[in-house]
Amino acid sequence: MSLYYTQKLLYQLNRDPATRRRFEQDFEGLLAEYELTREERDALRKPDIGLLYVMGVNGQILMHYAALRGYEWNAYLEAMREGERSYGPVKTGLYTRADSR
Amino acid sequence: MALVFAGVCSHAPGITGRAGRADPQARDTFYAAMGRMRDAIEACRPDVLVVIAAEHFANFFMNNMPAICVGMAEHYEGPIEDEKWLGIERHRIPGNKSLSRVLIQEVMNDIDLAYAEEWKFDHGIMVPLHFLTPRYDLPVIPVNINCQGPPLIPLKRAYEFGRSLRRACDARPERIAVIGTGGISHWPATPDSGRINEAWDREFLDKLLHNRRDSLLAYRDEDVWREGGQGGFEIRTFIAVAGATEGCTGELWCYVPIPIFAVGCTVAVMQLR
Repeated sequence: MSLYYTQKLLYQLNRDPATRRRFEQDFEGLLAEYELTREERDALRKPDIGLLYVMGVNGQILMHYAALRGYEWNAYLEAMREGERSYGPVKTGLYTRADSR
Repeated sequence: MALVFAGVCSHAPGITGRAGRADPQARDTFYAAMGRMRDAIEACRPDVLVVIAAEHFANFFMNNMPAICVGMAEHYEGPIEDEKWLGIERHRIPGNKSLSRVLIQEVMNDIDLAYAEEWKFDHGIMVPLHFLTPRYDLPVIPVNINCQGPPLIPLKRAYEFGRSLRRACDARPERIAVIGTGGISHWPATPDSGRINEAWDREFLDKLLHNRRDSLLAYRDEDVWREGGQGGFEIRTFIAVAGATEGCTGELWCYVPIPIFAVGCTVAVMQLR
């Protein structure tokens, strides 16, 4: 899993207007520039916000991607909860539950 | 003239971005306290406002993460986030490059610092400025303590940074105000957003406002994570203010848990001496 690059792509998308333009005009080309697994690329494309959360993407990065993809606040929170129901507890990073650490 | 004001406040993006969804009475109580803090800062006639913040992957990422970084630019810009999402319009914010440089050089006698001549403020700085310097005319010197991507600096180093900053400020002719901004307990941007551990928050604030150094520095990150969430790591910004006001006590002007803002909304001011 290349969580680092998944987060890096989203970090740059959140902060950099040029990356935002690439996202709008050539998303596949943008994805290809990062070392991502197929699962990560699929989750970013769909987008599967719940899966990205379970993979360990930091919410401070993820919440802006969710907003960019049209999720209002409650829908974003619900998508993460749905991710936990579908895929289990967060796998790595800050949000691994105490009982799954 | 040295440090003329020191305080702490919350900075959660919901404070402005989801303002319409909060209980109006609780929200207005907090907004009024922020207004009172603005008046108090203005009454001190500061030349510059140092904001000790905990940004959220706006400028700094795990490719090159400084433990503490201080801004050294002529001006800054913010918010980096979508203006509608945050409820704050984009502004240019003046800095004070020469004072930044002097303070950084001085603090480096005690603490290794990174510096940045470019900085786009995120909600961690913009939400406080929205209330405290609404005309964006007071020069700001931003400080970031990494509270997001572990490994994080030990609390004692955040405290020492504050002490060192105080010494550096006290050697200057400028009138300098400082605020620390962060959450106490919170679980921001997660499914637990809205959870607030009020008892834990109040216990922390009691230690902060009596400036009990040893108690403040006794927190362990694993306990903070369990009791205060990953957002609780931001106590580093408050502890830096405790270091900058060593020996001083403070007053709590507001603490009101507002779940849609995802944090116990806090305003507290230290009595400098």
